Amino acid sequence: MANKKMKTAGQKSIIDRMGGQKVIVILVVIILFIFFCALSPNFRKYTTFVSILDYSYYISLMAIGVAFPLMTAGVDLSIGTGLVCYSLVGGWLIVFQGWPTWAGILASIVFGMAMGVVNGCLVALMDLPPFLATLCTSMITRGLGSIISGGFGISWPAAAAEGGWFRNIFKIQRNGLNIPIGFLWIILIVIIMSFVLNHTKIGRYTLAIGSNKEATKLSGVNVKFYHILAYVISGFFAGLAAISYSAIFATVQPGSGAGFELEAIGGAIIGGVSMSGGFGSISGTLAGVFVICLLKTGLPFIGLTANWQQIITGLVLIAAVLVDILKRKSEN
Amino acid sequence: MGEVILTMKEIDKSFPGVHALDHVNLEVRKGEVLALMGENGAGKSTLMKVLTGIYTKDSGTITYEGKEVEFSNTREAQEAGIVIVHQELNMLGHLTVAQNIFIGREFKKGIRIDDKKMNEEAQKLFDRMNIDINPKERMSNLTVGKQQMCEIAKAISHDAKVIIFDEPSAALTETEIQELFKIIRDLREKNLGIVYISHRMDEIKVITDRVTVMRDGTYVGTLITKDSTKDDIINMMVGRVIYEDPKTESMVPKDAPVVLKVDKLNAGKMVQDVSFELRKGEILGFSGLMGAGRTETARALFGADPIDSGDIYINGKKVTINNPQDAVKNGIGYLSEDRKRFGIVVQKSVAENTTMATLEEYMSGIFIDKKKEKEVAQKYVESLATKTPDVDQLVVNLSGGNQQKVVIAKWLTRDCDILIFDEPTRGIDVGAKSEIYKLMNQLAADGKAIIMISSEMTEILRMSDRIIVMCEGKKTGELDISEATQENIMNLATREIE
Repeated sequence: MANKKMKTAGQKSIIDRMGGQKVIVILVVIILFIFFCALSPNFRKYTTFVSILDYSYYISLMAIGVAFPLMTAGVDLSIGTGLVCYSLVGGWLIVFQGWPTWAGILASIVFGMAMGVVNGCLVALMDLPPFLATLCTSMITRGLGSIISGGFGISWPAAAAEGGWFRNIFKIQRNGLNIPIGFLWIILIVIIMSFVLNHTKIGRYTLAIGSNKEATKLSGVNVKFYHILAYVISGFFAGLAAISYSAIFATVQPGSGAGFELEAIGGAIIGGVSMSGGFGSISGTLAGVFVICLLKTGLPFIGLTANWQQIITGLVLIAAVLVDILKRKSEN
Repeated sequence: MGEVILTMKEIDKSFPGVHALDHVNLEVRKGEVLALMGENGAGKSTLMKVLTGIYTKDSGTITYEGKEVEFSNTREAQEAGIVIVHQELNMLGHLTVAQNIFIGREFKKGIRIDDKKMNEEAQKLFDRMNIDINPKERMSNLTVGKQQMCEIAKAISHDAKVIIFDEPSAALTETEIQELFKIIRDLREKNLGIVYISHRMDEIKVITDRVTVMRDGTYVGTLITKDSTKDDIINMMVGRVIYEDPKTESMVPKDAPVVLKVDKLNAGKMVQDVSFELRKGEILGFSGLMGAGRTETARALFGADPIDSGDIYINGKKVTINNPQDAVKNGIGYLSEDRKRFGIVVQKSVAENTTMATLEEYMSGIFIDKKKEKEVAQKYVESLATKTPDVDQLVVNLSGGNQQKVVIAKWLTRDCDILIFDEPTRGIDVGAKSEIYKLMNQLAADGKAIIMISSEMTEILRMSDRIIVMCEGKKTGELDISEATQENIMNLATREIE
């Protein structure tokens, strides 16, 4: 009977910790926000608020996508340079090839998914370690972007220009005020992807692969397909992130983008996605991304340089990963 | 035969729920080869682990070279001169032979590692052993047999006085075994004490001087090898009282149709020309010693490992099984011997594990119908009497027996006609064991065909309608339960004297 008691306690504490981490992260977001507001009058401005959101879109989208490979106990490092590459491809098609904007957007996303298929095949069919496979495709996308753009930065059409409508997806101007409606889209996507994760086969098998790939395979699940699919989802969201990035920022520079993926992966992990696979939540991921975005935009306001921001983000990540490790240890 | 160098007396060791060693005695003399024999789980490895400090004994004494000793780790044992040569070799493939032999105690010249001296020392060792291995060769380039020689050389270089060989011949070819024996005889000449653990009866006859037999964690006795026969040894190995009543006759009707026919299945070294038939409502026991190729046969049949050749017929129709998906489609379910690795997803709930093989049936559109999923999981929790607070419980929190029931539920939802139970009661306590047995009998009575791989003789005799015995990747016999005894199963499971 003592045994039984122990088991029930074990179950509760795991669920506690799962919910726990999400709640903690949201609290951290709120505390950080209040902290910066209290210390810096400039931070308390509406424009700062909008600029935090501006930064959050592409990182959020990448993070939601990369959460899937992470949950299979893999990783996708190609999303950062990939984002820039897909954006350059789309922009080049629109600006230099005269494609309509919607077609350019579609091309960016399709290119992202195609890269996802490549990553997925390398990992699931050819058994390359995910770190290595996606590191290589990250180099490839970086080079490819520069070649396609001829080494020059590309500006997608401006909001006022013809074909610039897509910029209004994320930000509309009313009476000289920027309204960040992109956040609504992000919330909607979080809801949809949470549903995909918790209520569809895709999510179920993604987590199962991360938890015990061999047992999943021996249950007759088409493990290879769902393993590849996780990377395609990651690529799809890198494509979406490319659109949001192109919409927010004036110019996209080839050769940039390296390091974006680390902010996204960092956000996902802070938000409770387990690096060892099997666990994760999309809403937690979003909260984790906001921790990163707040640090990124907030720290300069209290007089700390970008270098400090790097150090502090690194420390926060270590803390988040430690939580993950401690969680696993206590479960064993 | 010389004086006694090592005595283990009244060694006792318990793990939670298992009395692994029950006052066991062992005596090793200088200049002799002592065979240590016993069925799977008899306690041979545990005894050796106690000796070398991997486990701490609960009681008993170890006397080595006249002094009572207790080692707290293998390193201490090694320094004292007691070394194990493991079945799985602990070698670093990308280092050279000499680097492997002297790892952890490299010769140095200032702060530099003195590879030249290590090569010379290794060469001296090999010269002394009279074997031809280049110390500068990379370990991964050597054959398994040669790698083992290096392991032995390493043991000798530790100035070993007692060397324990744990199933050394399992991975070796005939010639390699002959070389190994030469070295062992040589070591015996040099007055070392040698313990030789093996299942191979012919080797025991050839190389050992005395045989100590263990059974169910107890010491049975010691024989002089040349004065005993294979039957003597087998009788000591299996001579246990069976408490549960063994089945006396097959429960399968004479006209029961054959649901599975396997014809000359080949898969790697461990499955060679295995053929058998399985009938509706039958429990077909697969017996044999560790490494006989039973699990490998099951995995090949299930598509988990590639098949080299051979045909599989289900209900008389030839089928192709390339992966587990094909097997599942053909109505085969596999319950692995290693539940945690291959059977369940421990960090997921009972409900999620239950529907793992049949998720299609619990979908409404693209969404998983969690209500329906929980209902079916609940249904099986009740019918199998799985002890869990609710179906949302994570499987990691269940006991072994209940985890096994979740795996059974997984395959029952699939309505599999053929179920492969690989060591169905491993790691399961006695009470839960009989429940699993009852369940298996019920499944057979309901018309399922069951393959049961088991290393427990009592389990084989209690559950099977028919028994297939394997040895070293080959089927060595097939017995109806009415003619099966412990002795004739063990006879088939051990290699004949050639």
